[in-house]
Amino acid sequence: MALIQLANPTRFLTISGRVLPWLWGATIILVVAGLYYAFPGSPGAATNVGETVRLMYVHVPADWLALLTYGLMAAAAVGTLVWRHPLSDVAQKAAAPIGAAFTFLGLVTGMLWGQPTWGTFWVWEARLVSFLLLFLVYLGLIVVWRTMEDPGRAGRVVSVLTLVGAPLLVIIHYSVDWWNSLHQGAGILSGSTDDAFLTPLFLMLGGYSFLFISLLLTRMRTEILGRRLRTMQLGAAGQEA
Amino acid sequence: MTAFLAVAGQTIAISYRVGGGALIGVLFFLSVLVVIPFAVGPDLDLLARIGPAILWIGALLATLLGLDRLFQDDRDDGTLDHLVLSGLSLEAMVLAKAIGHWAATGLPLVIAAPALALLLNLQPAALWTVTLTLLVGTPALTLIGTIGAALMVALRRGGMLIAVLILPFTVPVLIFGVAAANAGVSDRDSFGQPFLFLCAFTLFSLVIGPFAGAAAIRAAEE
Repeated sequence: MALIQLANPTRFLTISGRVLPWLWGATIILVVAGLYYAFPGSPGAATNVGETVRLMYVHVPADWLALLTYGLMAAAAVGTLVWRHPLSDVAQKAAAPIGAAFTFLGLVTGMLWGQPTWGTFWVWEARLVSFLLLFLVYLGLIVVWRTMEDPGRAGRVVSVLTLVGAPLLVIIHYSVDWWNSLHQGAGILSGSTDDAFLTPLFLMLGGYSFLFISLLLTRMRTEILGRRLRTMQLGAAGQEA
Repeated sequence: MTAFLAVAGQTIAISYRVGGGALIGVLFFLSVLVVIPFAVGPDLDLLARIGPAILWIGALLATLLGLDRLFQDDRDDGTLDHLVLSGLSLEAMVLAKAIGHWAATGLPLVIAAPALALLLNLQPAALWTVTLTLLVGTPALTLIGTIGAALMVALRRGGMLIAVLILPFTVPVLIFGVAAANAGVSDRDSFGQPFLFLCAFTLFSLVIGPFAGAAAIRAAEE
């Protein structure tokens, strides 16, 4: 089936309703397996990084998902502005609070990790500050969604702001390379990391990703039904008048 | 081109008329500068060290002042519809409005900066460095702010919302502006690299601002 056929909201509701139980099931299995390998099944104290390494399994996937969500919102913004894809502004509206939550989770777990390893909850350096800015941009987008009543117009206005913020993703990604940073660089895929750390990390990354897709589809379904309800109420109010 | 200059000139003229915001910006700039020494204490060495930062924050906040009405007033009295139909492309119109707004509110800040820098105990070298960075950097602040001003057409809200939306995007300008300005205060900081980055951000926002602003107005007007 072509992706374009999913553009029909009714068909989207049917298909997403069918796959959602499987997605939620995959989420639960991956997160439970990830948590097992992260806690009882992981060498924590035995390594030179200590028990705090376990924070990696909740911190790194949250950061990746925070960036991924924004990337998806930016792609959907192009869909809204260029093709007027009827589902892309629904996807944007549904994704913004999820992305904000992942960013918040990334910031909080990062701060909790920073205290024992760097000796401070917060430093004003490139990676942390750019992530804080990403959080502020997410909140700004949510505010714009909440300010405008007409969802179609709100979608196009938010899309402009989303695309203006997209370069932030590049800055966040390269911030550890461009500036002399306290935050360690991206070394997870460099081959030097032991499998005992990679297994729970990738399980948790999979779990977070499936959690994101499940939440996104659930929220998109709610949003579509909410818009239908709004149209019906407006129609009913028009008939009474 | 005539229409472009007319829009820019009209924006400047309106800012200086009764009810315009041009001089309020400078007054606000002065007020911020006067308030901060009361908060951090009158230590002249400290003020000289953080002086460039104070001037930049003051300029940033003063730039945002009045920006939320830039397109809203035109929308309310129907001028915006005429501008959209005038044949001048929407991008050029947004750029003209931004240039007019900067000339009316940004430029006075730059001109006032050397005089106000004396209050913060800045030495001549630091004083001119800060003024130069403000001259190069305030257009970037105005152009980024123009995107927010265009969003306000659709949002139909004023006041602080534009600050919430725009301030995160002005951070790079602030970082490189203050970094370059600090070169005038201490010899350890380099001037060239952050100043070039500041110039780059101004040129970047010169491209992004009109296009994003025009897209936001289009989204609001249809």
